[in-house]
Amino acid sequence: MTDYIVPLLLLLSAAIALRKKESPYDLMLTGAADGLKLLVSIVPALVLLLTAVMMLRASGAIDMLSQFCAPVFSFFGIPAETAMLVLIRPISGSAALAVGAELMAEYGPDSLIGRTVAVMLGSTETTFYTISVYFGAAGIKKTRYTVAAALLADLTGFVMASLTVRLFFGS
Amino acid sequence: MVMSWIWILIILISVVFSSITGTISNVAAATAQGAQAGITLAVSMAGSLCLWSGVGHLMDKAGMTGSLSKWLRPVLNRIFPGTKTDAQLSNDLSANICANILGLGNAATPMGIRAVKRMVDPNRPGIATDEMCRLIVLNTASIQLIPANVAAVRSSLGCSTPFDILPAVWVTSICSAGLGLAAAWLFGKLWRHD
Repeated sequence: MTDYIVPLLLLLSAAIALRKKESPYDLMLTGAADGLKLLVSIVPALVLLLTAVMMLRASGAIDMLSQFCAPVFSFFGIPAETAMLVLIRPISGSAALAVGAELMAEYGPDSLIGRTVAVMLGSTETTFYTISVYFGAAGIKKTRYTVAAALLADLTGFVMASLTVRLFFGS
Repeated sequence: MVMSWIWILIILISVVFSSITGTISNVAAATAQGAQAGITLAVSMAGSLCLWSGVGHLMDKAGMTGSLSKWLRPVLNRIFPGTKTDAQLSNDLSANICANILGLGNAATPMGIRAVKRMVDPNRPGIATDEMCRLIVLNTASIQLIPANVAAVRSSLGCSTPFDILPAVWVTSICSAGLGLAAAWLFGKLWRHD
């Protein structure tokens, strides 16, 4: 069933644009060019961060971190192998992508851990970055309970990512 | 500056840890592998990122953000009572949420910022209002229809069904947004005076 979603979305959006007398192909070309610019802007960060993450993996510190976090993580039903991703996700988007890609490569994209990592990446955001951009622009100094509520939402995301992957793909 | 500290911390831990466990040669080799892996990751995402930026732009110009925001407006008006008296705020808010859903993160941010600026309480400037917290929670819960980047990474690693995670992503996002909003509502009740 999920195989239909993406192709049909492509068809539907182009058809709607045609009905509105827009030129779907040209619109997509403009958007795709923007996507390429966005990619170029994040490549340097990905190179630096993957270097750092793979050094950390090679040193054995990531495994150590996972073992250290295991008791807390198993309480929440989150695989301890994802510890590094969970810790870095609210702070930096590109670092989270680097850590997530490395984890998916290490455990395989179709493994339970690989899928959990993918769902975590797809359903959470760079919380602290978002807060600083929005509140910085509006001149907000006292954030009250925003960080607590947003981090609680993140934790829910990590727990639910682990749970849904186990439910949908677990054997 | 935050990233500089993260970088230094990661490298420092790698060096100290590996010199204790004797894995420093692996760490040295990992610098070359990691740098190349960064390029490989970027290249593997490139096609998908371009395609979905294109589709996102198309959906926006075809008026899909507009119709989606019409559907969502009753829900958003409940979460943000301020929109009842402020049509511009209502527009900015629904445009922000819809752009996020369609994966147009770059387009969503300016509209979100406009909305937050309109929410500033003139009597208490510089202090976050309850509605601001709710907007932040909705934005950080990342409710997104197609997480294209993640699918691209999966596909580059040899996964033949990169989009099979979609239902899990949707359920997870909705749960984290729901619980985040509930928490914000509860904290808002408890945190009346400051």
